[in-house]
Amino acid sequence: MPNAALVGARPPDTSGGSAAGLYAAVARGAFRRYSTYRAATLAGTFTNTVFGIILASSFLALWQARPGLGGYDQSQAVTYIWVSQGLLVTIAVWGGGFQDDVQDRFRSGDIAVDLYRPVDFQGWWLATDLGRAGFQALVRGTVPMLVGALVFRTRMPEHPLTWVFFLLSALLALLVSFGLRFLVSITGFWLHDSEGVRAVMLVVSMFFSGMLLPIALFPGWLGDLGRVLPWAALVKVPTDVFLERAEGSGLLPALGFQLGWAAVLLAAGRGAQWLATRRVVVQGG
Amino acid sequence: MADPLAAEPLAAEPLAAEPLAAEPLAAEPLAADSSAADSFAADSFAADSFAARTSWAVRSWWLCARMWMRSMMAYRASFFLNLLASLVTHSLDFVVLVIMFRHTDRLGGWNLPEIAFLYATATFSLGMANLLVGSADGLGVRIMSGSLDTMLIRPAPALSQLCAERFSLRRLGRPLQAVIVLVWSLATLDVHWTWDRVLLVPVLLVCGTVIFGAIYVGGATVQFWWGESKEIQNSFTYGGATLLHYPPTIFAKELVAGVVFGVPLAFVNWLPSLRILDRPDPLGLPTAFQYASPVAAALCVAAAGTAWRAGLRAYRGTGS
Repeated sequence: MPNAALVGARPPDTSGGSAAGLYAAVARGAFRRYSTYRAATLAGTFTNTVFGIILASSFLALWQARPGLGGYDQSQAVTYIWVSQGLLVTIAVWGGGFQDDVQDRFRSGDIAVDLYRPVDFQGWWLATDLGRAGFQALVRGTVPMLVGALVFRTRMPEHPLTWVFFLLSALLALLVSFGLRFLVSITGFWLHDSEGVRAVMLVVSMFFSGMLLPIALFPGWLGDLGRVLPWAALVKVPTDVFLERAEGSGLLPALGFQLGWAAVLLAAGRGAQWLATRRVVVQGG
Repeated sequence: MADPLAAEPLAAEPLAAEPLAAEPLAAEPLAADSSAADSFAADSFAADSFAARTSWAVRSWWLCARMWMRSMMAYRASFFLNLLASLVTHSLDFVVLVIMFRHTDRLGGWNLPEIAFLYATATFSLGMANLLVGSADGLGVRIMSGSLDTMLIRPAPALSQLCAERFSLRRLGRPLQAVIVLVWSLATLDVHWTWDRVLLVPVLLVCGTVIFGAIYVGGATVQFWWGESKEIQNSFTYGGATLLHYPPTIFAKELVAGVVFGVPLAFVNWLPSLRILDRPDPLGLPTAFQYASPVAAALCVAAAGTAWRAGLRAYRGTGS
């Protein structure tokens, strides 16, 4: 299934210098591929919505006991849940997306060839991930939000521009998420099976992104740590932007934080890719 | 054909006071492979009485599960990393509850040890069901790839094979973690222990496992008609367990009523816990409901079994 998408979209020739066009085509292909899983998308959206209702109820109970906790009012706390449910799959907080395809290629051995294709390995997978996220944002990103707004008292942005900044922040969150997932996948060149690392990553990611609980509620040093780790860029920052906790002059450090981590992680991924390529050469392909 | 109870090794056992004793692992002597193969042939044709069919289904499950266990141990480092990750992952949910209780001492009127009891019982039930029959949710993929047909022509119940598919002890992470929390909660709770309350705890754990197991199998059955419904099932299994971590008092009454009379998740731990912890019932249901988990579990198994048979009858194969 994923292989078909890869093989079918083999780049004809990149000497024309239309690299951007190629990556756009790859992203479009991924978008189309994900759009064929209509039933699965609906089922997943239903699950996000169910979890949203359960978690929003638990947050309501907590904020009824402690109004204003963590600087969120009740409607902000509930909205936090719905925005994070919309982000969960769209930016792949708990992994997935291209990782499953890469894992399949490790198992089949095709991965060795991938490093020698006339397209960039990291760029190719980033393009597919952008296409995937683009599709998932349409349904899994929006429907839970809508249901949440109907069933609970949520807080929508007051300034129209906030929507733009939120989309930008979500895009940066995706880049950071991709950077992390790419590093996990590439450990497969050394460990032969990145499943274990991926499982560990899932734990860290769910907790330190603020997916389970806003980082503002973490006690003491745990909170300080949570605020500086890259995972904060996944859920904490986009929700801060959406809830207008980071606005005006506060926007720049928030988005800059995401951009900084994205750059660091993507560069680290490039380094790891270079090492992996050399390793494959040593092993004789 | 496949026996509906095959997925429920627990249902085949009398409700033992010790849930772990109901594990087929304990009930099944470690037969050598050759003798297993002999009984394999003998049993598959002698499967006529209900009890014999059930025990054969459980044995088939165990044979498949053991085979998978061996293959999973091939990647030992990955296995231990996974088990550790699974332990930590499932502890995280509890850590979140603990952090919540740093900010308040009550949630919906319940204190932390009480909620820990809910958390542990829900997590244990889901974890055991997932370990024993959780692989059933891979049905849709098997239908698509045609490998269900392979299972159907083997001389063992398809449901047993399906449930044992990719069986892995690393799934013990979840129930293990739940047991730790349960011990802490029982040690901290100030419960007035009467004989019925003492008895209710193991009954709750067994019935909860059976109910979740039936939801796994029943949910998988939907995939005979709708191949991609696996995610929907997650709402009832993982979502259901998350719901049961919290007291019923924090949810809308309609939702609580829905998991009593609709998908009977409330019988996993909410209703018996009201009795054990002596809490008022937000719905004001008769006290009998708080003891009715075994009835709910039996009904769930019957429903899942019926659904499975209907699904198998409707299944046309891939034609290959």
